[in-house]
Formats: sequence, structure tokens, C-alpha cells
Amino acid sequence: MKHKRSLLALPYVGWMALFVVAPIVMVVVYAFTTAGFEPTASNFTGMGTYVSIFARSFQLALIATVICLLIGYPISYVMAKEGPGFQRVATVLIMLPMWVNFLLRTYSWMAILENNGLLNQLFDAIGLFDLINGLFGTDLTYFRMIRTQGAVVLGMVYNYLPFMILPIYSVILKLDRSLLEAAQDLGANSAYVFRRVIFPLSLPGVLSGVTMVFVPSVSTFAISRLLGGGTHMMLGDLIEQQFLGGAYNPHLGSAIALVMMLIVIVCMWVMNRFGQGEEQAVVL
Amino acid sequence: MKKQRRVGSRLFMALVFLFLYAPILLMVVFSFNAGNSNAVWQGFSLRWYEALFQDRSIMGSVYTTLLVSLLATLVATVAGTFAAVGLYSMRRRRRNALLAVNNIPMTNADIVTGVSLCLLFVAVFGFWNQFAANYRFTLNLFGTVYRITFPQLSLGFGTMLIAHITFNIPYVILSVGPKLRQMDGNLVDAARDLGCTWMGAFFKVILPEIKPGIISGALIAFTMSVDDFVISYFTAGTSVSTLAMEIYGMARRRISPEINAISTLLFVVVLALLAFHNIRESRAQRAAARRTY
Repeated sequence: MKHKRSLLALPYVGWMALFVVAPIVMVVVYAFTTAGFEPTASNFTGMGTYVSIFARSFQLALIATVICLLIGYPISYVMAKEGPGFQRVATVLIMLPMWVNFLLRTYSWMAILENNGLLNQLFDAIGLFDLINGLFGTDLTYFRMIRTQGAVVLGMVYNYLPFMILPIYSVILKLDRSLLEAAQDLGANSAYVFRRVIFPLSLPGVLSGVTMVFVPSVSTFAISRLLGGGTHMMLGDLIEQQFLGGAYNPHLGSAIALVMMLIVIVCMWVMNRFGQGEEQAVVL
Repeated sequence: MKKQRRVGSRLFMALVFLFLYAPILLMVVFSFNAGNSNAVWQGFSLRWYEALFQDRSIMGSVYTTLLVSLLATLVATVAGTFAAVGLYSMRRRRRNALLAVNNIPMTNADIVTGVSLCLLFVAVFGFWNQFAANYRFTLNLFGTVYRITFPQLSLGFGTMLIAHITFNIPYVILSVGPKLRQMDGNLVDAARDLGCTWMGAFFKVILPEIKPGIISGALIAFTMSVDDFVISYFTAGTSVSTLAMEIYGMARRRISPEINAISTLLFVVVLALLAFHNIRESRAQRAAARRTY
């Protein structure tokens, strides 16, 4: 009977073969062929010209991930200490912005960061520019914020912060209280308990949060287009151009996508190994 | 000391929420702006709402977004629930292998999922269209001659829907799976012993047991669909566009403040639904509490 029930998964297995596995096979095939479908490795060997784009993407995504972690971890920790009613409201408040499409929210940031945008108006109103100009003899009338790499990082942090908070929060929430009490009974102060018990046990949440922020950040193209003004090309922009943009070459695009995928998989694998090691150390 | 720390942590949280909500608040405020700036307030007006309702392309894209999200959520929830039940009655090794494949769309970057599906659709449609252009036949039925041709296919709503279903199902399985694991397997056996058919056991025993997982799976699926831009962008072709694609297209020229108005409306709808849900839930909880005490 149990076998009969497992047949229920059959349609989905077929669906996965068609729409998950086959598309990835297509990417691999395209990556290793020319426009005439002759086998080649030139898509990869010619990638050296894009090293700076790879470097920039990974650098910006890494910065965004670290900032998300620095904001997200304390928030999750503090939230997990609150009462259940507060927690429910806070969780909803964190998820709520996701129901407004992320491009809408990013678009709103454009208006805030413009040279004559709201943030510069605010700085002007509180006399920040006068102060700086008086101190340094400059004649600033605005900070250039939009169309910079900083704006792109801000966009990433803003959009993906909930993906860092929610997994960490849910892991901390499920921590076994008796472990903490045991540590305290054995004379550990609260900093020590955090360092040796809470933080190691929350690592699975941190790892999944890091993945969920890093992967979309490194591959974004909409955020860099809207907030970076298209001046700081990222991997996502590069891939998008090969498929729908002017530089139409899906074979090169597939190769870049494949390399990006592999780098991300390797990063995640290394991190997971590292994380599991930590976890085991705690159990031992 | 403790109280101080509590105030500090509350303040920190308030700042983060300010960061999360400032852009949304600004959109709401400037949707009522009389001028067309997003930074200078020129008085109250409803002109952007008026313009919005007459703007066919934006309203059409909102309709497309909602339709594709609802349909994809519906299909993914049903298919994902059945698939999860199937997967969790398999042997562990086979299940884990299939779950690993199931995880691919979730761990892959959106752009990789979008691009790979785009390649598949374009290739398959390329073959099909060649076939359709070369093969046509006539059918003589009771003296009337029907000329049968195969339609030419291209990227559009259908392909976008397939893509959405594909990236939604894993989330449903992920949230139904744990409920299935928690479920007492003997329940199904008991139902069967008492004469239930296995479909009956599915609907009367398994389904009520995993219902919370199904609901939260559907909710996540819908959220992902509404929030998606990248995968739609690569699989929708040029004939249809979602709201996000519409904005992305506008960003090259100038984004109309009508976008503020539609965002505000969508946000208000979400808030209302949420409030409704919360009120109902707390009522149900209170009722349950009354029953137990």
C-alpha cells in the first residue's frame, strides 16, 4: 500500500525531469558548444576578459551578505527573546515587504538616493552640507549616492535582509532552553554562553541565511541596473545581455551561468563542511 | 541595567523596521502627490490613481501578475502536496535523491533557473515550429474538408506559468514534508483496517493532518510568485509582462508615479488580508481556549 502511495510522486518526478533537469542539461550543452553546435571550450577560455566583473560581483555580494549578517543576527537574537505576541507581529512585519514586488521597493530607493532626492534634502535641511563646507572649504550641495556601488550594496541589503533574519530567528527560537540553563548552572556568564552554546547551535540558520542572501546578490541584475545606473556591470547584467540584451550569445551566457553556479556550489559546500564540523564539536 | 538593554534592543528593532518600511511609506505618501516628482511634495491629489485606472498596460500587467501567481500557487499546492505524500512513502535513499533534485530550483540563482528554462522553451519551440511549418494535412469529414495545421508556439503566458509552477512546487514540498514526517504512520493503517479505501485514507486522515503545512506552503508559493521578476523576465517573452517587468521596462525611460499608486493599492490589499486573517485566527484561538478551560 505504501508503494501504491509512492506512485503519487510519479507525475512530479516527470515534471522535474522535464523542467528542472533538462534545462540544466541544456545550459551545459550550450556552454560547451559554438553557435553552430560544434563542441568547443572557447566560451570558457575567453572568459578572462570578464574577471573584473566576476570579482566585483563576488565582492559586492560578500559585503552585502556580511552587512545582512551583522544586522540580521542581533535582530533575530533579540526577537527570539521577546514574548510570543511580539514575535508574531515582528515576523509578519519582516515578511510583509516581500508582498510588494522587490522592483517596486528598489524603485522607491531611487527617489531617496537621487542627487536632489529625499536623503540629500534631509541632509541639507539639517545643515550637514553647510557644516562640511564650513569645515573643509568645499562646496558640496549633495552627496552622490545613486549610481554608485554603495547604492547597489544598499539595494541588496534592503531586499535580502528578511532572508537572513527569518532562518536565524527560527533556529534560535527552537534552541533547547535546558542547554542554556545547564551552561549557566555550570558557571558560564552570558557572553560565554552565547559564544560557546547559542552561536554554534545557531550556525545552521546562519548558513542558510548566508546562502539565501549571497546567491541572489551575486546574480542580481535588476538592482545593479536601477541603483547602479548600469555603470557597474555585474554577473547578472553580463548573463542577461547574452540572452536578451544587445550582445546576443546564449552559448557564452550559458558558460558564465555555469561557472557562477559552480563557484556558488563550491562556496556552499565548503561552508557546509565547516558548519557541520562546528556542530559536531559542540555535540562532542 | 536589564531594562536599559531591553530599551536598546527595542530601539535597534525600530530602526531596522524603519529601514524596511521607509521606501514603502514614501511610495504611499508620494502616490498622493500633485506633482510628478518623487522627492518634492506639491500638494494632495488623486491624479495618479485616475491615470492608473486608465493605463491599460499597467492594469494589464497587474492582472497578469495576479493571474499567474494564483494559477501557479493553485497548481503547485495541489501537485506539491501529492508529490510530498508520494515522496515520503518512498524508501529513504530514493526519497533523498529526489529531494536533492527538488532543491535545485531553490538553491540555484533565479537567473540560472530563468535562463535554463528559457533555453529549453526556445529549443523545444524551435523544433516544434519547424515541424508545424512543414507538416499540414487535410481531413475529409462527411464531405467537408478540414485543413489541419499545427499552431506556431512562442514564449508567453503559458511558459511563464510553467516556470512559476516549477519554482513553487519545491516550497510546497518543503513545508508539507515535515508535517508528513511528524504524522503517526499508524493512523493510515488504522483507517485502512477500519475499511477505508486508500484514497479515502488520503482525504480523511492524511490531508487534515498536514493541512497547516499545505496552507503555509501555498502562502510561500504565492509570495515567491508575486515577488518574482527574474524568472518571469526570461520566460515570458515579449507578448505578456508582469508588473515587475513593466517597471523594469520603464526604468530605462522614466518611471511614472502611477507605479506609486498601484504599489499603494497592492500594499493596502495585503494589509487588509493580513488583518482579516489575524482577527480570524485570534478569534479561533479564543474560542479554543474557552473550550478547553
